[in-house]
Amino acid sequence: MEFKDYYATLGVARTATQDEVKRAYRKLARKYHPDVSKEPDAEARFKALAEAHEALIDSERRAAYDHIAQRQASGQPFEPPPGRDSGFEFRGTGDGGLSRGAQEAQFSDFFESLFGRSSGRQRGRRDASPSSMQGEDHHAKVRIDLLDSYRGAQRTISMHLPVIDAAGHTALQERQLDVRIPKGVRQGQHLRLSGQGAVGQGGAKAGDLYLEIEFLPHPVFRVDGCDITFDLPVSPWEAALGASITAPTPQGPVQLSIPPDSSQGRKLRLKGRGLPGKEPGDLYAVLLIALPPAALQPTKDAYEALARAFPHYNPRNAMEA
Amino acid sequence: MNPSELTTAHSLVVEEYVVFTFTDLCRASGAHDTQVLALVEEGLLEPTGSSPQDWQFSGPSLQRARSALRLARELELSLHGAAIVMDLLDQIRGLQEDPSTQ
Repeated sequence: MEFKDYYATLGVARTATQDEVKRAYRKLARKYHPDVSKEPDAEARFKALAEAHEALIDSERRAAYDHIAQRQASGQPFEPPPGRDSGFEFRGTGDGGLSRGAQEAQFSDFFESLFGRSSGRQRGRRDASPSSMQGEDHHAKVRIDLLDSYRGAQRTISMHLPVIDAAGHTALQERQLDVRIPKGVRQGQHLRLSGQGAVGQGGAKAGDLYLEIEFLPHPVFRVDGCDITFDLPVSPWEAALGASITAPTPQGPVQLSIPPDSSQGRKLRLKGRGLPGKEPGDLYAVLLIALPPAALQPTKDAYEALARAFPHYNPRNAMEA
Repeated sequence: MNPSELTTAHSLVVEEYVVFTFTDLCRASGAHDTQVLALVEEGLLEPTGSSPQDWQFSGPSLQRARSALRLARELELSLHGAAIVMDLLDQIRGLQEDPSTQ
């Protein structure tokens, strides 16, 4: 199991006061909160911050962590305590008094080996349960290919469901769901799977499962809402003289006409060829002028002929004061 | 439940086809009813209907409610503070999409 340096995560010294830990966390949390941040790894960063904060902000947990960290620093390999919550005592029971936010987060195995399991605890959160109660709704993320949205698809997904056994222990149970990915579904939208959430109590209905859609990165096509953009390499003569070329699109190759005198970065719109839907998105091809390498003699001759034809051409004219 | 069992589930795009009642939205977002009431008071959620019993929330309300609750919980904000953050985020998105309209 990997040892986690919580002080480094928060960027504070080991001697930092609780106030300094809190300030460091707040500042970084504002920067990396996934609902606010534009950083590409915001979600992972925020999770690490929340875990570090949860470990250090409570003085008892911090003391336990410091003890482990000291052993680590003196060269002894890190070994988790043999059983859950064993080795250290905390106020309260089970979850070591974790905050509600922490109970809803999924922390690392390292954290859980020290302070107990956080996941699944929220299920006991509601006040006194009536004997018959509809199961809770669950949320998860599902990553799909962009092309699944273009065509619609049937996908089998694996879910890990926290289940509490008779003894009160939480275990992860795997289950597989066969899900229809509707055509035109967009990044950030949610699918509702009726009755696939938590089992109801006393014969009541099961909850629903909500899946948030996330697209896997595509090597060619970039997604922005319902619009898709891709770079389309063209030769200098295609860009200069205009041409009719075959361009790849998510729906297959199309004939595309390049207007004469096109410059680098010119955007060509293919209306309605973005993500399908009631209001389909557009597809944008961004021209990328690719130069043939001058290493071969015929190419070199051609460039030299071009240079001779334009003795006074200066692409940097506009830059001169 | 047999772990190897394959369940076929019917799926629906929430943002396009789902309308939530007050109780539905509380359950789906994991919020207490007082929190959803507060988000309506803030104007962050705009149900149709005159009283909580006949309120109807549009599909995108789920994402808005969950974002606001996450911001409040994880950045230690009040729901009022979270609503201000959400408004500013909407403005930023608007500016990025079309700078001339702002």
